[in-house]
Amino acid sequence: MSKYKVSLKINNLPVSVDEGTTILEAARQLNFKIPTLCHHDDLCVAGNCRVCVVEQEGSRALPAACATPVSEGMEIRTNSMKVRQARKNIIELLLSEHNADCTKCFKSGYCELQEAANEYRTGDHVYLDVRSQNEVDISSPSIEKDDSKCIRCQRCVRTCTQLQSVSALAVTHKGKDMKISTFLDKPMNDVVCTNCGQCINRCPTASLVERNYIDQVFDAIYDPKKFVVVQTAPATRVAISEEFGLGPNRSTGKLVSALRRLGFDKVLDTDFTADLTIMEEGTELLTRLKEALVDGKDVALPMMTSCSPGWIKFQEHIFPDMLDNLSTCKSPQQMFGPLAKTYYAEKINKNPAEMVVVSIMPCTAKKYEADRPEMRGSGYKDVDFVLTTRELGRMIHQAGIEFDKLDDEKYDSILGESTGAAVIFGATGGVMEAALRTAYEIVTGREVPFANLNIKPVRGMEGIKEAAVKIKDVKPEWSFLEGVELKTAIAHGLTNAKKLMEKVRDGSANYHFIEVMACPSGCIGGGGQPIPTNMEIRKKRAAAIYEEDEKMAVRKSHENPEITAIYESFLHNPGGHRSHDLLHTHYSPKKRY
Amino acid sequence: MDNKIKKVDLIFEKVDYLDILEKSFKRTQDEIILDVIDSGLRGRGGAGFPTGLKWKFAKNEEADQKYVICNADEGEPGTFKDREILTQSPEKVLAGMALCGMATGASKGYIYLRGEYNFLLPSLSATINKFHEDLKELNFDFTIEINSGSGAYVCGEETALMESMEGKRGEPRNKPPFPTSSGYLGKPTSINNVETLVFALMIAKEGPTKFKEMGTFDSRGSKVFSVSGDTPTAGIFELELGMSLENFVNEFGDGDTKAVQIGGAAGFCVSRKDFKDTVIGFEGIPTGGSMMLFNSTRSMFNILKDYLEFFEEESCGQCTPCRVGCQQLLKGIEAVKKGVKPPAYLDELQKLSETMKLASKCGLGQSAPNPFNSIINNFREEIIY
Repeated sequence: MSKYKVSLKINNLPVSVDEGTTILEAARQLNFKIPTLCHHDDLCVAGNCRVCVVEQEGSRALPAACATPVSEGMEIRTNSMKVRQARKNIIELLLSEHNADCTKCFKSGYCELQEAANEYRTGDHVYLDVRSQNEVDISSPSIEKDDSKCIRCQRCVRTCTQLQSVSALAVTHKGKDMKISTFLDKPMNDVVCTNCGQCINRCPTASLVERNYIDQVFDAIYDPKKFVVVQTAPATRVAISEEFGLGPNRSTGKLVSALRRLGFDKVLDTDFTADLTIMEEGTELLTRLKEALVDGKDVALPMMTSCSPGWIKFQEHIFPDMLDNLSTCKSPQQMFGPLAKTYYAEKINKNPAEMVVVSIMPCTAKKYEADRPEMRGSGYKDVDFVLTTRELGRMIHQAGIEFDKLDDEKYDSILGESTGAAVIFGATGGVMEAALRTAYEIVTGREVPFANLNIKPVRGMEGIKEAAVKIKDVKPEWSFLEGVELKTAIAHGLTNAKKLMEKVRDGSANYHFIEVMACPSGCIGGGGQPIPTNMEIRKKRAAAIYEEDEKMAVRKSHENPEITAIYESFLHNPGGHRSHDLLHTHYSPKKRY
Repeated sequence: MDNKIKKVDLIFEKVDYLDILEKSFKRTQDEIILDVIDSGLRGRGGAGFPTGLKWKFAKNEEADQKYVICNADEGEPGTFKDREILTQSPEKVLAGMALCGMATGASKGYIYLRGEYNFLLPSLSATINKFHEDLKELNFDFTIEINSGSGAYVCGEETALMESMEGKRGEPRNKPPFPTSSGYLGKPTSINNVETLVFALMIAKEGPTKFKEMGTFDSRGSKVFSVSGDTPTAGIFELELGMSLENFVNEFGDGDTKAVQIGGAAGFCVSRKDFKDTVIGFEGIPTGGSMMLFNSTRSMFNILKDYLEFFEEESCGQCTPCRVGCQQLLKGIEAVKKGVKPPAYLDELQKLSETMKLASKCGLGQSAPNPFNSIINNFREEIIY
């Protein structure tokens, strides 16, 4: 349906836009920037900070540009005297309730309120201090919540409800006491929060930030008795460049150099355990299918991926009746930890008690995951510290390393070798694609029937994707799969996951295998990734991920030579006894508030 | 201007409301609406939007379901006339809702009843049950339910009220869209004050002329006032609109009236020197009904502080100018009183109040500065010393 065009004038310049366009969007088309705080491209309109007010001819009040649709003949001024005065006052009001300890603040330099203040502020504190006194909530290992920095824009609330369907955060109280809080004001760690960190990505100030472990990691590096190894998640290598103003970019080699310069003893790769995940999870899927189809056992299908700790906690809270459907595989981060402190420690002859495993993740939920009591398969805490891409960016800045001038370096061996199948874990659909590349080949002896191994139907930013692969001419040992159409679905963002789960639960959808990533667009849009985020940025990160895959020499997990080696010398069989001890886990229901 | 105030008896007059409805149902929607437009009736909640136009907009919307809401969330400090109307003439309110339903094409009505008025629930429910029986006899499909508020002032704002009815937090919505196109549950909704609905019924009974003949060009008809404060005759009075405040004070004052707060906490404070030139009506100072009289024993600082404490607490808190602005106005006058800030700080606060009026999301924040500005302008010395 073609849309009606609406003609209006902004600052005396005519513009014609689609009906339903907001004044803010129309002004952008004319390259007029209107400051915003509560507005976010990923979220529904709020219109509550009022920083974006503009003057409309014939209207007494100043409408909010983000919340007001254009109308025919409208005349808008974005920078009139009235607008400027109101905007300045509004920013001053926000500053009067904001704990502006900018020099100490983790978000300094990234804070949207700071930016607006820099643009509009005259330097004098006009209004009285009405800051609230509160304790910073550090109950969660992932997310720190400081109400004194909150400007009540409700982006976090909209993120938590609209994008994620978690609703851990809500608006409570009214008037001067209005704040963003949890069920009965409980600490963040005691509520339904999945630690996905999407709220952090969208908080304009530092009211919500990750718990940062930069000092602890530096302390470990400085400690001569500690042997500090670092692992890097797939999605971090295409986004770390954003911390240095370089945009989303393939920078694996620079990432490795930077980590080595920071002083890590070994720079290793979560991509290796991503490949391992495929071996374990692929085998688990085929085993479940065999049990269902041949042995007639009542096994939980569809099987669902378990790499995303935000998604896992969501299931534990919201769909506790479906925990058996989750793969028992630990996430690649948590497969890496125990292997580093057993297999690897043995190989390099180190005492695991003196080892420190640090991981660089696009994720805040990984901090919580590493703290889970189940994650001590090695006999020690498997992963000691989890840093977000942002924290690593901060460390590199602090260490005075000029990221853009670094030469490319390679990961250390062992636990550093990986395939293209592993790197695509970073984008929605990537685990599914990697699993299909391997499982199809194991069963049929042939490559997946997609050009250049690129399984296009599972890629892209659609909220819920479906793909079916017909399995034909199987190897004799897989005869029970002959002619089976393997049905898969992929969801990213927990709102999409919830929709999919409801369909699975009520039986209206039938799948064998489901991939879910808690964050919109998958790990590349993770809660620990550089700020800002929006669809355009996430698409660029995804494009870089797939480019990285194409450039890899090996693109199927089962062909990773290190994978072959670890099964020969240590794990023996996927799903075998040692795998079970080190690489698999279990889940438990959690309360829904 | 006449020097007498004129008492009127339309709202509480006993009428055969079923007869009015029966006759009205034989007319067309447009005829009903045109009468309301012609009468010049404007919303009696305080904002004063032309009622007939509101009904017309709702009528013109195509939708599978439309709603009528009676806004009985009477929360403005100093207003208590809706309570009285719902006590004395509840069936006229219900009939007004049915009339609006007929005129706009809505089959479902809701009364959003102020939480503190829950004591009215048993009698009101009984009246509704009987009314439903009456409507069956008239063969008209319209049902009414009561929705109890929970005590937030902001829920008197029409879109916050609808959010509250939908089970959400009572926060005003962005407008447009307006309720007549997207209201309760996203459906076209005409939301009217209790008193407005009764007047609409009376206009259907009497025709628009009688109503139009009362009042002034901008403020047709009469209005129910809630008179309180330093007055020997506090209570509910239906008066013709357009009177001067001087006449009003002569009738209701105690002989020592120094100021009248017209329109409740969100209204304007008029000092004695302006009584003569102040018209009560849309061309002068409009009011949802609240008239609070203050004599010379009252401290205007305390009065203003009370109002600002009220707004500081009753702002929903979502938009910056209202949430923080109300706090700043309150803290600001306290700071000036204590000498922490110089008297000139009041000028700074008046600039802030201009921003609140221009940039707040809803009527609450836009009108919260009214008492501030009018009291500062009239009684600046009482704030400073």
